[in-house]
Amino acid sequence: MTNDQRQEAVSATWQAVASKEVMVQRALMLKNIRAFFDARDVLEVDTPLLSHCSITDPHLDSLPVRFREQHCYLNTSPEYAMKRLLAGWHHPVYQVCKAFRDDELGLLHNPEFTMLEWYRPGFDMRQLMQEMEALIRVLLSALTGAAPGESATKTSSVKEQTEARFEYLSYRQAFIEQTNIDPHQATSQQCLRFAQQNNVEIPQGLTADDAVDDWLDWLLMQVVQAAFCKDGFTFIYDYPASQCALASIEDDGTGVAVAKRFELFYGELELANGFFELTDAAEQLRRFQQDNVQRQQTGKIVGDIDQRFIAALCHGLPACSGVAVGLDRLLMVLTGKVRIEQVLSFPWHRA
Amino acid sequence: MATYSTNQFKNGLKIIIDNDPCSITENNVVKPGKGQAFNKIKAKNLRTGRVVERTFKSTESVEAADVDEMNVEYLYSDGEQWHFMEPTTFDQHAADAVAVGDAVKWLKGQEVCVLTLWNSTPLSITLPNFVELAVAQTDPGLKGDTAQGATKPATLETGAEVKVPLFIDEGDILKIDTRTGEYVSRA
Repeated sequence: MTNDQRQEAVSATWQAVASKEVMVQRALMLKNIRAFFDARDVLEVDTPLLSHCSITDPHLDSLPVRFREQHCYLNTSPEYAMKRLLAGWHHPVYQVCKAFRDDELGLLHNPEFTMLEWYRPGFDMRQLMQEMEALIRVLLSALTGAAPGESATKTSSVKEQTEARFEYLSYRQAFIEQTNIDPHQATSQQCLRFAQQNNVEIPQGLTADDAVDDWLDWLLMQVVQAAFCKDGFTFIYDYPASQCALASIEDDGTGVAVAKRFELFYGELELANGFFELTDAAEQLRRFQQDNVQRQQTGKIVGDIDQRFIAALCHGLPACSGVAVGLDRLLMVLTGKVRIEQVLSFPWHRA
Repeated sequence: MATYSTNQFKNGLKIIIDNDPCSITENNVVKPGKGQAFNKIKAKNLRTGRVVERTFKSTESVEAADVDEMNVEYLYSDGEQWHFMEPTTFDQHAADAVAVGDAVKWLKGQEVCVLTLWNSTPLSITLPNFVELAVAQTDPGLKGDTAQGATKPATLETGAEVKVPLFIDEGDILKIDTRTGEYVSRA
């Protein structure tokens, strides 16, 4: 391609990918989210997207940027900053903001996306899941009549079910139902055998030597999520303790230690991740250090530990639950779209 | 051995899959928000033209295929090999019948083609989308036959046979779409 042809090809993509109707639905969704939290006395906050620290999460990478000669990072989520506000105020807070993640680009990923995150002091995990169900019911019932274009049929079909289906399943139940594997006892060898015996594709590079969590992630996506109700919402809760991230770990009532973590799906589409939050500063610091050991082992850059966040936990985070929702994906559900770029004005390749 | 990591994957990247050179046509990252990422790709096998689907655990490295593409001019055939030349360096490349494939039907001489080399050996030839060739032989069309869309066979100067409208005569120069092998118009 010559330079002229390249320039012409770029110029031909100046227009938005999302239709105006979808952008109208986006505006309506944001308005309804704000009204929902306003009515419940949850305060809208605004925290920095640009941070001095990166992240230790073994499977997330921050986008590095420079301010003057200093390295800094775009947030992968506003979690640390919002918890610092919570530790100071003990007041429920929410935020709608952009989040950025390196190397995440695909049919369901854009490196920059819109996140809704909220925290509820005094709520346990179930109360927060129920509040989330209530919010989604409000957003569904507010859908305006059939939008023009391809979204028309899907929009009205979601609208028709004002009584949208919500299922609540433990991670263990969901796994056992589809694979007969108890995820809290599973080994990589066992997962590999399951994949071989059931004709499940095995990715190049995934072997019995990999961490069992890598295998659980793969089987979750390939097998377990695929069996979720196609046109309903599914909450999965009580994750393996090894996937606790920033959730507290508790006995699930059967003597198994589980992470008080949940996720929400619409069909197979992952929409949200929430925790009954870990409030123990020493344990949080230990997990961050452990994360960094894992990052080192997998050849990733060691992340910065946010000492201001640890200091806030030392000061005291109230018992609370919090959740982060990918709003672009939620908008996909509301408008019946199947690719994330269909709900973005200018997705990465046009940004 | 050169390799690519999955985070270098993009459309057009050339990698080895099942010992064959392939060009990535789709790259989709799938991952649980907090979990291990995988790259699901589609790739075109540059030797067979078949599309393969593969999944890689992210950060896995994959062997790079040493594939080059260059503009060349077709010179001649000696019956076993087809000879092409790089117009700037005058370097010549000889491709066998497998590499030339169907392109042979439309090659007359001096066409500018794209030659794909794998480990410096010609792998395939991509013709211009349109070529212009003279009709060597065709039966006369029946006078007064105006039936819409009626066609007759014609043999071109390269030996290729195409369906042409009835009004085409021997000696006419035709524009042919090499992707479909169909007559487009009189040139």
